Amino acid sequence: MTTRGHLDECVHCGFCLPVCPTWINWGEEMDSPRGRIDLLRGVRDGKLEFDGPVALHLDRCLGCMACMTACPSGVRYDLVIEEARAQRELAVPRGLFDRLHRAALFSLFPYPRRLRLAAALLFLYSRSGLQWLMRATGLLRLVSSRLATLDALVPRIGTASLASGLPARLPAAGERRARVGLVTGCVQGVFFPNVNAATARVLVAEGCEVVVPPGQGCCGALSTHAGRLDEARRLVRGLIERFEAVEVDVVVINSAGCGSHLKDCQRLFAGDPFEPRAAAFSKKVRDVNELVDSLPPRAVRHPLQARVAYHSPCHLGHAQRLTAPPRALLRAIPGLELIEIADGDQCCGSAGIYNLVQPASADQIGARKAAAVLASGASWLASANPGCTLHIQRQLRERGATIRAAQPIEILDASLRGRTEPDGG
Amino acid sequence: MPESHAEIETDELARRMSAVVGEAHCISDPAGLSVYECDGLSHGRIRPRLVVLPASTEEVVEVVRLAHDAGVPLVPRGSGTGLSGGARPTPGGVVVALSRMRRVLEVNLEDGWVRLEPGVINLDVTRAVQGRGWYYAPDPSSQSICSIGGNVAENSGGAHCLKYGFTVNHVLGARLVLDGGEVVDLGGPSPDTTGYDLLAALVGSEGMLGIVTEVTLRLLRKPEATRTFLATFPSSDEAGEAVSGIIAAGILPAAIEMMDTLAIQAAKAATGLNWPEVGSILLMDVDGPLAEAEHTSAAAIGIARSAGALEVRIPVDEAERQLMWKGRKSAFAAVGRLSPNYMVEDGVIPRSEIARVLREIGRMAGEAGLRVANVFHAGDGNLHPLVLYDARNPGEEEKAAKLGGDILRLCVRLGGSITGEHGVGAEKAAYMADMFAPEDLETMFLVRCAFDPEARFNPDKVFPTPRLCGERPGPYRPHPAEAAGLVERW
Ligand SMILES: Cc1cc2nc3c(=O)[nH]c(=O)nc-3n(C[C@H](O)[C@H](O)[C@H](O)COP(=O)(O)OP(=O)(O)OC[C@H]3O[C@@H](n4cnc5c(N)ncnc54)[C@H](O)[C@@H]3O)c2cc1C
Ligand code: SF4
Ligand code: SF4
Repeated sequence: MTTRGHLDECVHCGFCLPVCPTWINWGEEMDSPRGRIDLLRGVRDGKLEFDGPVALHLDRCLGCMACMTACPSGVRYDLVIEEARAQRELAVPRGLFDRLHRAALFSLFPYPRRLRLAAALLFLYSRSGLQWLMRATGLLRLVSSRLATLDALVPRIGTASLASGLPARLPAAGERRARVGLVTGCVQGVFFPNVNAATARVLVAEGCEVVVPPGQGCCGALSTHAGRLDEARRLVRGLIERFEAVEVDVVVINSAGCGSHLKDCQRLFAGDPFEPRAAAFSKKVRDVNELVDSLPPRAVRHPLQARVAYHSPCHLGHAQRLTAPPRALLRAIPGLELIEIADGDQCCGSAGIYNLVQPASADQIGARKAAAVLASGASWLASANPGCTLHIQRQLRERGATIRAAQPIEILDASLRGRTEPDGG
Repeated sequence: MPESHAEIETDELARRMSAVVGEAHCISDPAGLSVYECDGLSHGRIRPRLVVLPASTEEVVEVVRLAHDAGVPLVPRGSGTGLSGGARPTPGGVVVALSRMRRVLEVNLEDGWVRLEPGVINLDVTRAVQGRGWYYAPDPSSQSICSIGGNVAENSGGAHCLKYGFTVNHVLGARLVLDGGEVVDLGGPSPDTTGYDLLAALVGSEGMLGIVTEVTLRLLRKPEATRTFLATFPSSDEAGEAVSGIIAAGILPAAIEMMDTLAIQAAKAATGLNWPEVGSILLMDVDGPLAEAEHTSAAAIGIARSAGALEVRIPVDEAERQLMWKGRKSAFAAVGRLSPNYMVEDGVIPRSEIARVLREIGRMAGEAGLRVANVFHAGDGNLHPLVLYDARNPGEEEKAAKLGGDILRLCVRLGGSITGEHGVGAEKAAYMADMFAPEDLETMFLVRCAFDPEARFNPDKVFPTPRLCGERPGPYRPHPAEAAGLVERW
């Protein structure tokens, strides 16, 4: 069905409003799913110009897909917004600063090598005292709130971030249950290498042979979600080719945003000769929580005394409808107390590069999330997406809070290895 | 001296309104205005002149004063889920959206009430107190999004109103901003206020008397136990008989909801429930002290079986129970999966007529060549026939509207009503004359004039022929109350 049909499936019931983070922010119809669909219908039917205000309300959408979970009518908002984003880039030219900022982000994130270099520079910057000076003088805010966001996101970069290595093949412990290819991701691989290591260790312990195809680039998720579809096609195609070369049963990924994109990436190639190859690849993609949850546990879970709050990343909970597996995985660890935070299925405001391009809105949303996390009384925060982890950590840091963050898979890894806490945090 | 609304320039009005609510909360650009063109009914759109989103009673007062002075009509709006076009803009009018006024102001569990702003969402009232064992009873299917202000205006009901009553039974007090900016407090937390019960006139007045800026609601203790079951039937004949039998046995369930095949299909598609696609389903809640709930539910199941139930399902846990109710509550909007367009009707009939009316609706639908899905509050005899159509087929929308109208007239003929809970708004105004004599309408109009003599608020709603207070349609005939010397002429 075309978007024409998808827009018409909205019956205007409003059930999606209370779950939409931007509607919660401002209580205004234009910044709600129903309102955005209405705007696009207006444009389609020639009753509205695709002008600055329309673009603004679309830009403010996080793409969190909470509205899809809430919609009784089954509106495919994911397809609606993706197409609208592509249209938007053509219809309303961005200002110079906006263009440069986005160009910088899109020339950085999809390329692990560049990102690693940037991480190294940021490491020096954070150690040089320059960061302190910029923050202390408020100079950063003056320069741009967007740059300030980027700066505040920089985790305490350890030298581990600067190395990339995982061996190309890890044999399964005991009898092999599956041959699994690991997508290392760009942000994940650079800023959170521990997560990839933990993923590999858990899979090996649970009887999977893990293959890490070399030379992986970005999977194209960020570009897809931003409506940069040509770029997305190029990137995902490159990734698929790497995986075709290694022949695996399952492609596993530990970043929710990338996973939801990869599970659905054949759409990008509709009518293209590459479509069947993309479809064959998509079918094999599993989130790491989903995969581990589907394997009857083999390795021993050692007790881990911790009160863990679980934040459900939108691209796992809403886009992939995986709410139970990460929780099940945590619950199975003896001694671990799993705590639900209020509105735990609501977006944290990170949303891909949203926190970098819409910092004010992202801050408002993040503040609610941080308050909920703090109110839960947890000592650890588990979230299964690197962007969320960075964003929530930053929000908590700004409140002087000490809750540490890890992915469920890292916590499980710690339990399997008999550690008292995950390596990262 | 009030200016006539043609006189004031929109830009000037926007400047004045912005000075009150802040520029960011006075919407005047075409994109922003376009999304306020309609409420839960998406046809019959009208672009408002401006939309303002005040943040306090004080700001509402100023907005109303400005509109009064400029002679501009106002349309209050909550979450915009109304199904009768109640929040549809009036041409040339300003929409006052209350969705930024959503603070819970005071919770008093000792006396069992809560005071809040009108934009608070129905379900958030329960969320605010459920940790302590309390809840807010009226539960429209739209409770996850509709506002308390909208509920008060529509006297909204829901599945559980059979036992616990409609919104009107739960509103203890309200603050109302009248035309000109006067603020009045009606009722209050204490149970018996003296004087006329003006609050009862306000609840259900569809935003025609003023703008509600604060509401005090009664809270209830959560019942000790709730027992839920689902019974399937070959057709609505047996299901209708079960409903009548249960009520006749003196059982007062918390809720009995009925759905037909099309509605079952829609609910399944929206929630993934594994309900069988039978002719009719009853979903029932019984609550109270544990022993009573157990006993009553067993008795009701017995009656359902002897009326011809094919199968009775009892949810295994709270999660399954919630899912069953989610199926029921999503059914309306889920019909969007079965048909590109549909109209929700909202008629009331005597309970004993359910089976006959459903058969008749089926026959009428067949004649019109359209499909009708039925999902409704069976205990109250409150039908919600959903007329499915495809607006892209020329003439089909008109056919659907005619069928909807015929169904409502059928309800009136059988001694029922043209609306159970969705209100008259803009959509049903034309049917008012089928139900009320001119004298009745005149009397209702007198109440409106007492509160809002210039028809500032929602001037074109509810009454079949909108007019100003003091204007009379046709040659003047004294109203019976006037002739009897009870009221003065307006
Ligand atoms: C899928 C679906 C299911 C529904 N199910 C039910 C149901 O089970 N039972 C039921 O009763 N209704 C139901 N409704 C109808 C609707 O949700 C109710 O009428 C609800 O009370 C409207 O609330 P709202 O906040 O959306 O008000 P709106 O639609 O914004 O406004 C409704 C009316 O209230 C007036 N109004 C709003 N706020 C104020 C205020 N502060 N002061 C004065 N006037 C005001 C408006 O002018 C308008 O006339 C359903 C609607 C949908 C879409
Ligand atoms: S919930 Fe779905 S059908 Fe309802 S308004 Fe939102 S998008 Fe439209
Ligand atoms: S994707 Fe998220 S932010 Fe965008 S409209 Fe849906 S709920 Fe709102």
